[in-house]
Parts: sequence; structure tokens; C-alpha cells
Amino acid sequence: MWFLTHTWLLPAIMALSFLLILFFGKRLPRKGSEIGVTAVGICFILALFTAGGWWNHTNADSSEAAAGTAVAAATADEGDPEAEAAALSDVEPGCSKVVDELGTNADDGNSNALGLTEGESAGRATAAPASAAMASDGEGRGPTKPVVRCSTWFETGVAGSSLITIGTMVDGQSVFMLFVVTIISMLVHVYSTDYVKGDRRYTHYFAFLSLFTASMLFFVLSQSTIQMIVGWELVGVCSFALIGHWWEEKPNSNAALKAFLTNRVGDIGLLVGMIVLYFAADKSFSILDINILASNGGIDHGLLLLASCCLIAAVMSKSGQFVLHTWLPDAMAGPTPVSALIHAATMVVAGIYLVARLYPVFWEGLSIAGSSVNLLALVGAVTAMFGALLAFVQKDIKKVLAYSTVSQLGFMVTALGVGAWTAAMFHLFTHAMFKACLFLGAGSMSHACHHSFNMVDDYGGLRKIMPRTFWTYLIATGALAGIFPLSGFWSKDEILAGHGSFFSDGANGTYHLMLVMLIIGAFCTAAYMTRTIWYSFYGEYRGHGTPHESGPRITVPLIILATLGAVVGVLNLPKKIGPIEFPESLHTQFEQFVEPVGAYFPSISHASFNIPLALGSLAVAGAGIGLTYLYYWHDGLKFFQGLSERNAVAGFGKNVLVNKYYFDWLYTDVITGFVKGPAARATNWFNQKVLDGVVDGAGATAVAAGEWVYDNIDQKVVDGAVNGAGVTASESGGVLRHLQSGRIQQYTALFFAAAALLAGVFVVAIG
Amino acid sequence: MLLNQFLLLAAILFSIGVYGVIVRRNGVLVLMSIELILNAVNINLVAFSTFHGLDGQVFALFVIAVAAAEVGVGLAIVLLIYRNRRSVDIDELDELKG
Repeated sequence: MWFLTHTWLLPAIMALSFLLILFFGKRLPRKGSEIGVTAVGICFILALFTAGGWWNHTNADSSEAAAGTAVAAATADEGDPEAEAAALSDVEPGCSKVVDELGTNADDGNSNALGLTEGESAGRATAAPASAAMASDGEGRGPTKPVVRCSTWFETGVAGSSLITIGTMVDGQSVFMLFVVTIISMLVHVYSTDYVKGDRRYTHYFAFLSLFTASMLFFVLSQSTIQMIVGWELVGVCSFALIGHWWEEKPNSNAALKAFLTNRVGDIGLLVGMIVLYFAADKSFSILDINILASNGGIDHGLLLLASCCLIAAVMSKSGQFVLHTWLPDAMAGPTPVSALIHAATMVVAGIYLVARLYPVFWEGLSIAGSSVNLLALVGAVTAMFGALLAFVQKDIKKVLAYSTVSQLGFMVTALGVGAWTAAMFHLFTHAMFKACLFLGAGSMSHACHHSFNMVDDYGGLRKIMPRTFWTYLIATGALAGIFPLSGFWSKDEILAGHGSFFSDGANGTYHLMLVMLIIGAFCTAAYMTRTIWYSFYGEYRGHGTPHESGPRITVPLIILATLGAVVGVLNLPKKIGPIEFPESLHTQFEQFVEPVGAYFPSISHASFNIPLALGSLAVAGAGIGLTYLYYWHDGLKFFQGLSERNAVAGFGKNVLVNKYYFDWLYTDVITGFVKGPAARATNWFNQKVLDGVVDGAGATAVAAGEWVYDNIDQKVVDGAVNGAGVTASESGGVLRHLQSGRIQQYTALFFAAAALLAGVFVVAIG
Repeated sequence: MLLNQFLLLAAILFSIGVYGVIVRRNGVLVLMSIELILNAVNINLVAFSTFHGLDGQVFALFVIAVAAAEVGVGLAIVLLIYRNRRSVDIDELDELKG
């Protein structure tokens, strides 16, 4: 339990390591790499203990649940709030509003827990039979008890949402990710000490490796959506720094910028989605709150749909899904171990992890269960198929692997989209192992061949020279292609079965279209990986100098990863394959310990293993390998040799692939070109002519109006009045001055005349 | 004795006075014409007082006193005019002309 409540140590240690390397790294004998390796080693051990702690925790829960099964079955119709309250008892007060309420309500014996109104209770009751059915499925699993700890980050002062918390949410999903991140990071650290030896920014490189790992651990352990956003952005920044590690060369710094800016596009979706969820979940950032409310119908379906569409945009950029995948192959500009880290354990899986973490939002928002197509599955399937096609025309081995990653991430996204949550997580797990192995293997070859990644021109015949690299690469390729019994076979098959299409039963929906696309993707995967093996390990050596096998710090991580890539499939064996039934302690262990059950997770069902589908996918992979083998090794399939030169349609197809479906052209030339060319000119014209015209026109009108007023009102009316008064006074004076003759007698005469007149008037008036 | 006979006399005197004031050029004669006007008024006052009590006679005495003062000032002005211009022709005194 101590390890479950103190997982914050992991990101903290890595962050500390970052600072130590940054400040003291250069003065140390090994330039700071020893700090990084030690820190990540400690984290790996802690992660192992955490996994062990979770194992015990879950087992204890299961036995408890088994004891209470009879009671639970009796009360199942009522939605069983007390069992759920007990399940969330490891959540620290203050970390989740819903759980806090639940606790107080359970104390009062109030059966209307989880903040449900009557109508929602009814909705929940319909969900209850599903979970009851699942329990009767023989799984007998009690609700997962996530361990949540948090502390106040800051207070907003806004009523109703005063606290923003930061903390750790430990359940199967985060525990397995801790393991994946730390083990890949540890092997990458060790590998890097040899691979980037003598680099001019060796210390800086290790500092950022530490920060990268810290960010990913921080993200994985997120307790609130705010923390997720912070972790997400930190991962983005670190990838920017590491992709642009050799920024002196322009393409590298361009690639870093491209990665960063492309991610910004999706980050808008992330922010909008998180804000929508915050308000939808009654102003709570807590992941638990959002998940519980989303799965019990406490959030409107429309809002969930909106939030999931926004978050899909974020996933598209971070996890390299079509149409925002273009940054990912360019990210190969970074050092190879970084590529391994980015593509296997961090960065790109952040998107997958995000969907898995907020799965109820997608589950309800996209109505995954029972439908046959949805945005998430479609995006994933398109990526899986078209990404795999792109890998065929690459000369650069790392780019092949990059497109392979794009395609495999598509598999995971599709799996999430069709409801095969466990399959997606399991594929993430197995993929991390074999893809890291492939990347590191490619790095090992480039190390031997003068830092070239051009397998077509500079490799060849390395099988004899680099046997360890060859064998590990071969095993990982087999795993990626899905060859029985390597790990990729199990995880890929689980994904395919999860589509609920042909032959399979027990899945959540029926996604025929996606299954077809994924099978095409799987065929291509097998074929292009075989192609890399031909170019790298067979034929004559085409490069310069004498290649040599790499040292132990490079080959040992390869061997470890290849071994893991080969065997981790047994962690999630199906319950039975045809007539063979596995004992309970062997099958579906991954599912038992990783997949949550309970109020904060939808009750998904699991497709059972079916032999026709497995054989079919195996045959497809075998066909891919076989055809490529014939084509390269035996010069077979004459029809296809040089087809693109002879046939216009094939040539056009190849051109489209070489130009990466013209996405880069679309983004840089069409969109950016349009913005800086016609759009900028149009804006300028608009500014000059319309806006300035309006402003100038207003000015000119004002001037004209002023002149008119001056000429007409001021000069004529006002001055006219003033002058007129003067002129009138002067002229009347001129007239009157004649009266002023100065002759007194005249005055007197006037006086008397006036007096006589007045007297006359007086007499007439009175009289 | 009828009142209107006195009023008629006063009117004739008044008219002669006004005529003298308006027409005569000699300043002294103008002053004398003013005396005629004042005396015409005095006759009126005294005539009315015989029918309405003694107020009119008191007024007449006031008018005589004021007329004496007036003539004093008037003659002094005329004398000064004469000293300056060697003439008392008031037609020549048109400095007030506008």
C-alpha cells in the first residue's frame, strides 16, 4: 500500500534528476549520464514494487468480493451503491466531489448514492444486468479500488470549484504504464550512454531524457484533467527539445518545430474538450468525477459527444493519427534512442492513454457499444491502413518504423473505438517492447554504418556482421507482424476479435469495415517489415567502411527488449483456444489487473478468442512475409518488378505514396502557401482598399462636411448674423443720425409734437 | 368767472411760449418764452385751486421758485455763450450734431 500511495515519488525523482544533471552534470566524470541512469533505475524498481502492490491490492479485493458475491448478487438490482462506496474507499477526501458525496450518503444509509436522481437510477438499473451478466461470465471480479491521493494545487476562489488538485490516481492502467515508461526509459538511458557518446550536448541530452520521463510519469499518474493537460504539454515541450537535439542542421530544427506546431493544432481540441468536460461534470476537474458522471448518465450525451470529438483532435495530433500524423515521421530527426522513447513509451502513447483514461466519455459519447462505425474507430482504421502503405516507399529505415508506429497507433485507436479497451492497452504494452527494440536495432545499425539510416543505399548484408542486432530485430519484426506465438500475435488478435465482426462473439459492436482495414494494415505491416530485413541484413554491404557489431550497452537492451517482445503475450492469454483451456492463473492476467471494473468505468464485454480469425490474420501476415520474400530473395513476382515504371496507374500510386499522400504539400504549399500568398495579399488588399478606404473615406467625408459647414453655416449663417447685426446697427445709426441735427429748437419742436400726440392719444384712449 | 376762460388764457400763453421757444433765435428770448410756458402752467394751477382747494397755489409757488432758479442758471449759460462766441444765436450752437 505504501507504494500505491507514494507513486508521486517517480515523477519527482526524475524531475530532480533533470535539475541535478542540468546544474551539476558537466562537472561529473560521466557528464551527468550516471545521475539519469541511477534515477531511472530507482524509478523502475519503484514501479516494480508499485505493480506488486497493485497485484496484492487487487487480489485482496477479489477475495473480499468473492466473499460478498452472494450479497452483491442479491442487491445487484439496486445498483449496489454500498459496494461501490466501498470500492472507492481508497480515494482521499477532497479528490473527487462525487466520491465525497457518496461517502456521506453511504453513512446516512441513503441508497440514492452517486448523486443519482430517480430517472438516472432507472438508467443505471438497466446497466446493472450487464454487469451481473459479466459477473456470471465466471470472471467474479469485484469493483476495482483505485488509490487516489491528492493535494491542493491552488484555489480559484470561484464558487463551487474552489480547489484545483494535483495528485496521483493509481489503478491498473497507470501502474502498467509506470512499468512501461520506466523500463523503456531505463533501457534507452543505458543505450544512450553509448549511442550519443561524445556528443556536444551530451549532458543536455540526458537532462531532457530525465525531464521527458518525468513528464510522462506525471501525465500517467494524473488525478485531474488540469494535471493531464500540464503533463501533455510538458511531454510536447520535451519532444520538441529532443527532436531538435542537433538543431545546427536546419531540417532538424524544422522537424522539431513541425512536431511542436502540429501538436498545437490538436492541443486546441484538448483544451476545448477538457473545458467542456469540466462544466459538464459539474465544475470538477477530477478524472474520477468525470468518469463516474459520464458512465452513470450524469452528463448529457451531446456534451459527451462534443467533448470526445474535441479530444479526438488532440489524439490525432499527439498520437500521429491521420490527418495530423505528418510530424511523426519527421520527428526521426532526433537521436534514435529518443525516437524509441517517443514512439514506444511516451509522447505518442499519451493520446492513447488519454482516451483510455477518460474512456466513459468516449464510450457514452460515441455510443461505442452496439454501433458499427464511429469517429474514433474510423480515424484509427484509416491511420492503420494508410500509414502502413506509406512505409513501403521509404528508403530511411527509421521512417519505415515511424510509419509503422503511425499504423500501430491506428490499431490501438481503432481498438479503443470499437470497445476493445483491454486489447488496446495490451497492444500498447506489447508494441512498446517490440517497437523500442526495432528502433534501437535501427540505431545500432546506423551506429555501425556511419550514422546513415538509408537502408537501401548504405546497408546490406549485416546479418553476419551484427548477429545480435539481427536476431533481436528479427524477433521484434515477427512480433510486430503478429507471428505466433510472439506477443504481437496475441495483442493484435485481441484487437481484431474485439471488432465483433466475422466469427467472433462477445464483442461490443459489429465493426466490419474497420476489421477489413486493419487486416489490410496487418498485411502491409508484415510486408514492409520483411522489406527492411532484406535491405538491412541480406544481400551485399552497400555502404562505406567496415561495419561492426555494437557494444554491450547497445546490444543488452536490445536482447532484453526482444525477449520481452517475444514473451509478454502470455500475460493476456485467452481463456481457451479451441479445446485447450488455460488454468485460471494463466489466462487474462493483464485484463484482471489492468482493466478497471466499477462505477468509473463502462462495463465493457470481451470478445473471446476464435480460431478462424486468428488463423486468418496469421495467414494474412504470412502472405505478406511470403510475397515479400519471393519478391526480394528469389526475384519472384516478375510482374511486380519495375511495375511502377511500366504502368501509369502503378506509377501514379507510387508517386502518391512517395509524396506521402501530398499531406506535406497540402500543409506547407497549399495551406501555408495560400496563407502567405493569396490570403495574405487578399488581406492586404482588403486592408488597403476596403478598411483603409473606409477610414480614408470617413476622413474625407469629415473634411468635406467641415468645409461645407465652414462655407455655409459658419460663414453665411453665423457670420451673416453677426455681420448683419453690425450692419443693421450701423445703417440704422446712419439713418437716425440725421435726427441728431444739434438744433435744440428742432428737438424742442419734436418734443412738443410728441407730447401733443401723446396727449391726443391719451385723451382719445381715456376719453 | 368761468374756469374755461382761465384755461383758454393759459393755453394761449402756453402756445405763445412754445412758439417762442421753437422759433426765436435769441437765447434770452427763448428763456423768456420758457417763462411764459411756466406761467401758463401757474395760471392753470391757480385756476384749478379756486375750485379744488389750495394745493394748486402751493404748487404754483414751487413752480415760481423753480422758474427763478432756472432762469438764473439759464441766463448764466447764455452769458457764458455770449462771452465765448459774441453771439447768443442758438442756431449756431449745433455742436451736438451727430
